[in-house]
Amino acid sequence: MISVNFSQKIANIMLWASALITIAILFIMVGHILLNGVEVIDLQFLLESPKNAGREGGILPMIVSSLYTTGLALIVAIPLGIGSAIYLTEYAVKSPLTKAIRYATETLSGIPSIVVGLFGYTFFVIYLGLGFCVLSAGLTLSIMALPIIMRTAEESVRTVPIGYREGSLALGASKWQTIRKVLLPSASPGIVTGIVLGMGRAIGETAAIMFVVGGGWRMPISPLSPAQPLTVHLYELFSAGIISTEIGYGTATVLLAMVLAITFTANWTMRRYIKKIMGE
Amino acid sequence: MTRKTYHQELEELKQDVLKMGDVVKKAICDSVQSLVKQNKKLAENVIKEYDPLIDKIELEIENKCMKLIALQQPMACDLRVIGTCMKIITDLDRMCDLATNIAEITLATADEPLAKPLIDIPRMSELALEMLEDSLRAFATNDIKLVEGISDKDDIVDALYDQVRRELITLMIEDPHIISGASHLSFTASHIERMADHTCNIAGRVIYMVTGERVKLG
Amino acid sequence: MNKIETRNLSIWYGDGRVLTDVNMKIKEKCITAIIGPSGCGKTTFIKAINRMIDLTHIARIEGEILCDGENIYDDGIDVVELRKKIGMVFQKPNPFPMSIYENVAYGPRVHGIKDRRSLNEIVEKSLREAFLWDEVKDRLNEPALGSSGGQQQRLCIARALSMKPEVILFDEPCSALDPISTSKIEDLIVELKKNYTVIIVTHNMQQAARISDYTAFFLTRGELIEYGSTSRIFERPLDKRTEDYITGRFG
Repeated sequence: MISVNFSQKIANIMLWASALITIAILFIMVGHILLNGVEVIDLQFLLESPKNAGREGGILPMIVSSLYTTGLALIVAIPLGIGSAIYLTEYAVKSPLTKAIRYATETLSGIPSIVVGLFGYTFFVIYLGLGFCVLSAGLTLSIMALPIIMRTAEESVRTVPIGYREGSLALGASKWQTIRKVLLPSASPGIVTGIVLGMGRAIGETAAIMFVVGGGWRMPISPLSPAQPLTVHLYELFSAGIISTEIGYGTATVLLAMVLAITFTANWTMRRYIKKIMGE
Repeated sequence: MTRKTYHQELEELKQDVLKMGDVVKKAICDSVQSLVKQNKKLAENVIKEYDPLIDKIELEIENKCMKLIALQQPMACDLRVIGTCMKIITDLDRMCDLATNIAEITLATADEPLAKPLIDIPRMSELALEMLEDSLRAFATNDIKLVEGISDKDDIVDALYDQVRRELITLMIEDPHIISGASHLSFTASHIERMADHTCNIAGRVIYMVTGERVKLG
Repeated sequence: MNKIETRNLSIWYGDGRVLTDVNMKIKEKCITAIIGPSGCGKTTFIKAINRMIDLTHIARIEGEILCDGENIYDDGIDVVELRKKIGMVFQKPNPFPMSIYENVAYGPRVHGIKDRRSLNEIVEKSLREAFLWDEVKDRLNEPALGSSGGQQQRLCIARALSMKPEVILFDEPCSALDPISTSKIEDLIVELKKNYTVIIVTHNMQQAARISDYTAFFLTRGELIEYGSTSRIFERPLDKRTEDYITGRFG
């Protein structure tokens, strides 16, 4: 018979150990990449195009491509995501339509990215005739980011206290005024978190855009030019037989740094914003 | 049923008032008896025992009322019960004071024969006691039918008082020697008449307590 | 002068009846308190008066509510105008997550007032009327949610006043507040009746007794059991059910 105290101790140790292992894995992985990548990164690496089949030179076009595709994806996904989130919480009253929308977003977030890539290829590249380009990639990525943004936005709009809505409507404000002036500002910290998550998904996606973005090392100018985002670049470096491990690590480090920087900025801004509106 | 202790306390308050009423009844009864029988001991008992006891009970009840008001914020019928209790105990206390006055008259007159045989004064006191009994029973049972006849009884008491007073005045004119004794008896009758008035006040309060309506009796 | 009158007002939520044939005349520039046990339709009743009940989709309304003689459920009624005229303060203080100033300016802005000077005037006047100006005049641009609960509730009252309403509905405005804040709000409400018609739902009978001029007692399924002057209701209610409720013999 194990005493209560003893089983409690075991549980403590196990819980503590799992937390420790999780953090350790994260640190080891990030540390490994950063340690190997940092020495590669210099101004030249950030500001030049690849040379010598990617063995030398920088990755500027890839950075731009990543930002470009992700930006386009967000431009499409944010309004759609927030719009449907508001529709679901404020307008739709448990109708078959809302059920369908919820079901669709859940399915959407569960689809393997390579399948989304396949759809992007058939639909955007071939059927709509957009070709292999930044726009096709952005649209494909927006499909990846949309469910995340919508789900988080829906959740944060839903958790805005009912009192805010009542307060505004009781002052004679219309529903749209209430949404625009009270609901969205109150929900924005949550919405921004959703956007950051969606963006992380989009910027880190490889499989979904491999077949739609085109590739090449040229700087993408118009939305219709082909591009090679960091992830695809990384994939190519490795799949082409590890041309240069250092450049691979450098690319990974830049990717990581971008995600971290965006997450950090968003969190910081939001914390300030929350402090401003909530007074805490 | 909610607020059980509170309503129990209210019930206890009513019981206390009824107990006070019983003591007052005894005080009235004894004081009048002491006068009729010229019993100084009985009279002293009224003065030394009943009067302080009533003062003590009155204060106790008043404190209970104040406590209930402060702690329970009584409303509606409960509020009326407490208000009525507070008013009734004043009337009861006054009645006890009047009984004490009669007992004092006994002490002052016991050594000499009475100015006249006492017939109407005991009659008056019986009526006053009946009226008190009716009012207190109405208070205990919330049955205001019990006090319906009270005004009539008060009229009889008033009439008796007039009669006693006139009789005594006639006697005094006939025989100035008995002026002192006769005027004492006249005061006694007046005291009893006042007692009856107090029972009318009590009856009026009881009607207010039960119905919420203000009625002037007597 | 009657400000609001209900005629055979009945409300259902789905199949459940929450208000039953309420006929009530509410006097102008008086405080009318609505009391009754939980779930007796008090809140539903006042939500019907400024049509906030429209937000409850399953609610079905029969009968009439007249405000200044006009049925507010007529087709021609502009709900926006109605809510301007009949303001509401809720149970839980619900200032918006904005500055104190913006909270009070919200209503006027929504109704198209843009001029900064007019807004300043309205904000100051409303805050003064809500006994809040002196406490917040130096921090108008700080977030409203940083204030105490009592201040937040008075801010909500100021926000309602900013619309220059004629009637103000209070839905248990003190139930989330401490006794001191409660007294302040009560004083304020009594002050408000000079210029406004006030209807207040409260669970606190002492509060109804303290501040209201008229009291209405509702019971299950929103039946209006008794309605009359507050002093009469609390001294000698005519209905046994009212008596049982206010003396705590209920249930």
